[in-house]
Amino acid sequence: MLSSQDMQEAAAHGRSVKAVYVYEAPVRLWHWVNALAITVLALSGWFIASPLPSQPGEASANFLMGYIRFAHFAAGYMLLVGFLGRLYWAFVGNHHARQLFVLPIFNGTWWKEVVFELRWYLFLERNPKKYVGHNPLAQFSMFTLFLTTTLFMIVTGFALYGEGAQEGSWSHTLFTSWVIPLFGQSQDVHTWHHLGLWVMGLFVLVHVYAAIREDIMSRQSMVSTMLSGWRMFKDDKP
Amino acid sequence: MVETFYEVMRRQGITRRSFLKYCSLTAASLGLGPAFVPRIAHAMETKPRTPVLWLHGLECTCCSESFIRSGHPLAKDAVLSMISLDYDDTIMTAAGHQAEAILKEVMTKYKGNYILAVEGNPPLNQEGMSCIIGGKPFIEQLKHVAKDAKAIISWGSCASWGCVQAAKPNPTQATPVHKVIFDKPIIKVPGCPPIAEVMTGVITYMLTFDRLPELDRQGRPKMFYGQRIHDKCYRRPHFDAGQFAEAWDDEGSRKGYCLYKMGCKGPTTYNACSTVRWNGGVSFPIQSGHGCIGCSEDGFWDKGSFYDRVTDIQQFGVEANADKVGGAALGVVGAAVVAHAAVSAIKQSKNKSGNDQ
Repeated sequence: MLSSQDMQEAAAHGRSVKAVYVYEAPVRLWHWVNALAITVLALSGWFIASPLPSQPGEASANFLMGYIRFAHFAAGYMLLVGFLGRLYWAFVGNHHARQLFVLPIFNGTWWKEVVFELRWYLFLERNPKKYVGHNPLAQFSMFTLFLTTTLFMIVTGFALYGEGAQEGSWSHTLFTSWVIPLFGQSQDVHTWHHLGLWVMGLFVLVHVYAAIREDIMSRQSMVSTMLSGWRMFKDDKP
Repeated sequence: MVETFYEVMRRQGITRRSFLKYCSLTAASLGLGPAFVPRIAHAMETKPRTPVLWLHGLECTCCSESFIRSGHPLAKDAVLSMISLDYDDTIMTAAGHQAEAILKEVMTKYKGNYILAVEGNPPLNQEGMSCIIGGKPFIEQLKHVAKDAKAIISWGSCASWGCVQAAKPNPTQATPVHKVIFDKPIIKVPGCPPIAEVMTGVITYMLTFDRLPELDRQGRPKMFYGQRIHDKCYRRPHFDAGQFAEAWDDEGSRKGYCLYKMGCKGPTTYNACSTVRWNGGVSFPIQSGHGCIGCSEDGFWDKGSFYDRVTDIQQFGVEANADKVGGAALGVVGAAVVAHAAVSAIKQSKNKSGNDQ
């Protein structure tokens, strides 16, 4: 179950490799479906706010904006259904599946570990620690950056969707009816939803960078773990 | 003596045939089926006219100007036959003490049964001195008349949201009606001004059914404010096709393409302009080639340019839109990631060489 790179590394260093099964199949599937949905949402969302150059010909012969919006709404539904499935898996999956949703904020040791990881990223610690699941700092940013942003985007997104679906639709009843008055008016919801795109972009940037960096510099596998589910450790030291 | 609507109309020389035509037109404009025509006629024949007291606070009279141009029903019918517009300091004949006396008389005679229509809003700063009616701050008159009213109609964006006089920094602290009157049902009819037929339509509904029209969470009648301009815009096919006007004088503008890129607020504005239209159904802003400015939405005057699609964010105290804020943040973090990656690479190569030795 080792990735070829891990095999080579393990062989090169001549150390035994210990592996732990961390991410179960539904979590991995969700991760990649979610990544795809977010990519489609970001791209189509961008072109909804700033449309492509005007199309020539008759209106009846074109449906570009319609297709872009369709892609956005379809991916939005994928994001929502995926999120609900992921939430379900937090209850029935292994304890790593719950990490995304629960922050142990009353645990002093956990906060110390957050600080330790911060110091590691600031080059103040020489050697990284081993973690089976997320490291505490990663867990913290997953919760604050990813989870809250996703929830915010689902709520504001379906509130905007409900505007078009109109009164009586589930999205209007569940979201539009209270989100629009909460923000004041529709234009505000549009603006904040658009800002959410940038926050999600920031998350993706940091997430991908941290995953690749940790894959190279830390003492455990990162990228391959989200493919195979197995966490490999590169050494036997505690 | 109490006159019914029908009696008043007949007295003014309106035939029964015209009366019934008017009833069916009203039913149609309210989106009601033919079965409602006899009910409207019956209501008009039996109900006494409801007195309406129309107060003016900080405003520009555009609501009144709009109202008097109503085509279905004619404003004349609304004012002279349907309601009993007993006080409206802008258009009434009486002035001074006589005018104020009418206010007092109606308030006592029809206690709890009159409708208060408010155009404009009360300013609260300097003890309300920015708007004086009959020698007193408007806020006092408003609270006084609201006390015994059956219901309040907030005409226009001023009374509903605050409008231009409440724009930042709102020096007079102009305040919408629902933020000073809490114990009465308030119907918001926003717009700057509201559509004439929407104004008379709301009044007709209230008289016909003797109840408030169904309101949304923000207090607007659902029948007129349930949909966005965008949902029923005749240029919507061009939006879906991705055909936009990109400048005021380009080919797209001439062909009547969607004004989305020119900052049209149709997709975020709840009003009936694209269905009822203006001036007796002649046109509305988008049909005239200019985007909607969202005049019936809360805070439209403070939401950035009328000509931007992605509007500025005011919360940060800077003039920048989401793309500028997000782009800057992404740039900073991106640069930080690159720098961090560079330092990491150096550290990694040092560790490697350390391990190899």
